[in-house]
Amino acid sequence: MPKAILYDSTLCIGCKACEGACAERWGLPYSDKVAAEEKISAHKLTAIETHGDKFSRRLCMNCLQPACASVCPVGALQKTELGPVTYEASRCMGCRYCMQACPFQVPSYEWDQRLPRMRKCDMCFERQSHGKLTACAEACPVGATKNGDRDALIAEANQRLAEKPDQYYQKIYGLKEVGGTSVLYLSAVPFEQIGLRTNVPAEPLPETTWRVLELLPDVVSTGSVLLGGIWWITNRREEVACKEGRRQ
Amino acid sequence: MKSILKQLTVWRVILLAILLSGAYATYLRIFYGLGGSTNLSDKFPWGLWIGFDVMCGVALAAGGFTLVAIVHIFNIETYKPVLRPAILTAFLGYILVVVGLLYDLGRPDRLWHPLIMWNPHSVMFEVAWCVTLYSTVLGLEFLPVVLEKFGLHKPLAWIHRISVPLMILGVLLSTLHQSSLGTLFLIVPEKEYPLWYTPILPLLFYISAIAAGLAMTIFESWHSSRAFGRALELPLLMSIGRVLAVVMSVYLWIRVLDLAHRHVFGLLTRNRPETWLFLLEAALMIVPTAMLFHASVRARPGALYACAVMVVLSMVTNRLNVGISGIEAGSGTHYIPKWSELAITLSIVGAGFAIFRVAGHYLPIFEEPTHEYGLAEVEETEEDPIAVG
Repeated sequence: MPKAILYDSTLCIGCKACEGACAERWGLPYSDKVAAEEKISAHKLTAIETHGDKFSRRLCMNCLQPACASVCPVGALQKTELGPVTYEASRCMGCRYCMQACPFQVPSYEWDQRLPRMRKCDMCFERQSHGKLTACAEACPVGATKNGDRDALIAEANQRLAEKPDQYYQKIYGLKEVGGTSVLYLSAVPFEQIGLRTNVPAEPLPETTWRVLELLPDVVSTGSVLLGGIWWITNRREEVACKEGRRQ
Repeated sequence: MKSILKQLTVWRVILLAILLSGAYATYLRIFYGLGGSTNLSDKFPWGLWIGFDVMCGVALAAGGFTLVAIVHIFNIETYKPVLRPAILTAFLGYILVVVGLLYDLGRPDRLWHPLIMWNPHSVMFEVAWCVTLYSTVLGLEFLPVVLEKFGLHKPLAWIHRISVPLMILGVLLSTLHQSSLGTLFLIVPEKEYPLWYTPILPLLFYISAIAAGLAMTIFESWHSSRAFGRALELPLLMSIGRVLAVVMSVYLWIRVLDLAHRHVFGLLTRNRPETWLFLLEAALMIVPTAMLFHASVRARPGALYACAVMVVLSMVTNRLNVGISGIEAGSGTHYIPKWSELAITLSIVGAGFAIFRVAGHYLPIFEEPTHEYGLAEVEETEEDPIAVG
């Protein structure tokens, strides 16, 4: 039973308690100045955004089939069974393909460090594997961010949509996007109006490269036979020419 | 003579200035990180060092495997005089790509990590292995030149014994590597502009690399004939020009079909930077291809050289479009390289030219042309060796 986070934009009051709890959990400095930054970065792994009178929250979507984990050449990023996508900094060589590949532009880099790391939310893998809630969900005073089993949260989201049809845009963001994400959104308005990317494909992104990568054994085996065969024929032709005295 | 000397000095001064700025940029890169030396950001994590140093570097090194395949696997001996310069270019190219990577990687000290930490689902993992293995193969393919120079016959014989499997391995690795640089961008369908995003990017990268490699062969033959005062192997270059025209035609045909099938020609009516960059790329591809089909163009060294330069530039434009310009809008940001990014890129290119020159001077790279070709003879030898072979 994979875990997930349900963020309900209609309940969020923009108090940024989640930001503070997140900073504390990562040991990152949190001040009024940091609180005013409305974007995620290497020193701020979740951010509350203001869109008119609506709020939205940015954090790693911890996709069900994450592009970042599939593209990482050294397996520093892993999708855990529990749900979170974790990062092992000691493996990372800093190619930043995860950042390029992420459809939500979540991974951030420590650009000013001499020995930089990638930084992103890992849905509190440590806490969740010990049965605790994510720091953000625990801190949220109004229940706008809820943490629990993904199936249960989807059921709850559907219930909210059904109970108050006029308060909600009748969709759950994260259900189908890039094959589904661990972070689910509810909103009063269409999702692009609260800054979410709605042009992401429904297909899981790792498929796009795997379709080509899985041909690799075919290319290698066919290629070896073809090249070896051509060499054998041309070489043989040369040998025959020499034997028959047409060439020395 | 005097004017040549003067020209050389000017080039050396320029090279020195570039290398000095590159050295300062290197200092910035090491002590102030990627933030202090590049204009990269969280929204735009790959810039000039990937788009040019790596993607163009690898494409322009494709002459190595193309000519190895032509000469040793298809056994078309006529092309032999340009084989060694092509292998040298490829070997140098790959070394410089690795140098570029050392600048670009956040943790260059962990360059070796993919060799022991595997993720076969990652294109970058495939790229890492291809770079490592093919650089080694190129080293071994180039080694005989050095061994000959110093008269070491025993290791020479040993390398000769493994040369056929080695060359087949080299062609296979190149095939995988060239195409995988296109595969890298398949994961960003929502970022890459539709004029460039296509599921057949790997195929397009592969074919265009062959064209880039052939064009580079003409390019470097022309330059080395001037630099080393050798006669130009004109009939041979003309024949390469003809093969280049065919490869470019195949490439352009597939490209047009792909654009048509994805119904994206309509995008060309929009007045956007992508449209103009696409048209620039297309013009740089179509013009030389059309020109190269005329025997009279191929027979004129200047025109042949101009065509080769256009093809090279078209491939550089293409790689920069796919790797940089095409994903700017989709990433919601603009990227213009910092001066230090340019300084390092130019230093790497400059070092490449300089090392090629030194190697060409001291090592047996160039065969003495059998004799000077007159234009009259050129017309007789127009017969295409590919067709005969």
